[in-house]
Amino acid sequence: MENLVLSKEKLPEMLTEIASKYALFGPIEENGFTSFKHINNSQEINLDYLLTRISPKSLIFQQTETLFTFNKGKEVKVNTPKTDEAKRVIFGIRPCDARGYSILDPVFEGKKEGDYKDPFYTKKRNRSTLIGLSCNKPDLNCFCTSFDDSPASAKNVDILFTDIGEKYFVDIVTEKGKELIENLSKLFSKASEENREVREKVEQDAINAITRHMNTEGVVKKLDKMFNHDLWQKTAMRCVGCGICTFLCPTCHCFDMQDEAILKEGARIRVWDSCMYPEYTMHASGHNPRPARMNRVRNRIYHKFSYFPKNDKIFACTGCGRCIDYCPVNIDIIDIIAKVKEAKT
Amino acid sequence: MTKNPYQPMLATVIAIKEEVGGNRAIKTFKLEFQDEKVKENFNFLPGQTIMISLFGIGESMFAISSSPTEKRYIEVSVMKLGKVTNALHEMSVGDTVGARGPYGNHFDIEGWKKKNLLFIGGGIGQAPLRSLLNYCLDNRNEYDNLEVIYGARTSEDICFKEKFDEMQKQQDVDVHLSIDVQEEGWNHFVGFVPANLQRLNPSPENTIAITCGPPIMIKFVIQNLLELGFKENQIYTTLEMRMKCGIGICGRCNIGNVYVCKDGPVFSYDQLKDLEGDM
Repeated sequence: MENLVLSKEKLPEMLTEIASKYALFGPIEENGFTSFKHINNSQEINLDYLLTRISPKSLIFQQTETLFTFNKGKEVKVNTPKTDEAKRVIFGIRPCDARGYSILDPVFEGKKEGDYKDPFYTKKRNRSTLIGLSCNKPDLNCFCTSFDDSPASAKNVDILFTDIGEKYFVDIVTEKGKELIENLSKLFSKASEENREVREKVEQDAINAITRHMNTEGVVKKLDKMFNHDLWQKTAMRCVGCGICTFLCPTCHCFDMQDEAILKEGARIRVWDSCMYPEYTMHASGHNPRPARMNRVRNRIYHKFSYFPKNDKIFACTGCGRCIDYCPVNIDIIDIIAKVKEAKT
Repeated sequence: MTKNPYQPMLATVIAIKEEVGGNRAIKTFKLEFQDEKVKENFNFLPGQTIMISLFGIGESMFAISSSPTEKRYIEVSVMKLGKVTNALHEMSVGDTVGARGPYGNHFDIEGWKKKNLLFIGGGIGQAPLRSLLNYCLDNRNEYDNLEVIYGARTSEDICFKEKFDEMQKQQDVDVHLSIDVQEEGWNHFVGFVPANLQRLNPSPENTIAITCGPPIMIKFVIQNLLELGFKENQIYTTLEMRMKCGIGICGRCNIGNVYVCKDGPVFSYDQLKDLEGDM
């Protein structure tokens, strides 16, 4: 892994250079909260944020996306829309959110022969270069370290920036990252041993600042014996079913497909959906396999901590803490897993 | 762009048969793909499903109810219940629908050769069984006894009635019909499907039982089959769930860690009994 440093005052120049060749996305503050948006002017970027409210999964797996259009005149025609071909750079993504992409990859890209690939996701994912930004000061509900990750993890990004004071320490992780930096090399200088030591310290301090931990050891096996445990009913008693945990989660990937049409033309559009809603699984016959909130709360936890590990060998949780931060009734996923660990079966 | 798996192919409705009228109307739609190559080459196996699109309305997954031995068209048998099925029932011959698939796994038509097949259907649940049954009838020498136990709420609700009548006359299939409540002129069994099964007491020897119907019927049919001595791996069912993508991505049709759209819809009871999930 090659290491460079970038003086902070050169950051705008770097971003301007990148924006001239790539579609640049980064955190922007709007209406009091940050989210990842397309950036035209490097001044727009706000790096004072820790986590955007909506995770950057929305850049790859869009909240709404046209899957195809149709004309339904005398002769019906269907067409796949032209997709955005521009190469993208996502700047300032946090290591946990970058890990979210890695968790979603097997879902959308397929994992074995014969699996379907989602071209909308795959294309945007392959065209994106990720420049991560380490977290110097993790938040109250951050727990990425519970998943063998770190606030300065370079595992799921192409390049990682770490704020070391006057400068950013730059880890060039992948070939894709190297390629991006090559044309910008005049802005960077070689990292010194001292720079590296500061980076290590920043990472260690950040790790030490994380106070919350989820112990997932043995949880998959434990859940196998807890499907009928009263923990789910108890948790569901508090849940209001708003679905915010699923919309903000960087690994939730459920979607609905809806038609929007006027008389002769229209489109089938994919929109984020949430397993927390009763309509989600409701059959036309009226039968609903998950009729009660208990069923839906249980399914959400099982999907992340049982089904994902069974199907994709990974927990579908990054430890970003959004579902804890934004739950209106303080349901705490760390607490739920702790109760799973404690539960008598 | 790599192939867009969400974009359906186009198919023309070439015939519509009204199977059941009234409140629980069922129609069978015969569909022909508009693309000549697709029409020639579309292949599927009994048990597989297809996503039918009505543009501007939406999409629903159906079991293909025709047999793959019937070439150049497919059929779906649809009960009028929700938004898409209501709109489908309004369609006329010559109209265009979207179709993508086939999806999912299928009945083991190779492994079940030289075996007796016992079909146990209820209501519209006969649709996926019809594909397999018709396939077996078209390859009659490959299979041993074929027996059908089928029930509906009333005699008016019996789906594929003419086909049952025809089969009863042919004598190479045993057909046992039932309705839930006695009606004048009805001289077959009265009662629920699981009760009819118990009464008929079929032998499990060299037999595969395939059942489809309302969830509650499936539950008791399986219970009765086990009591009759059927082993878990001799009992098969095909499940339905609300589906959107049909290709294992959108997340809603799971039972435990299994997706009905791609890992199913056909399951043996052997697989199902260990599957803890909401059904």
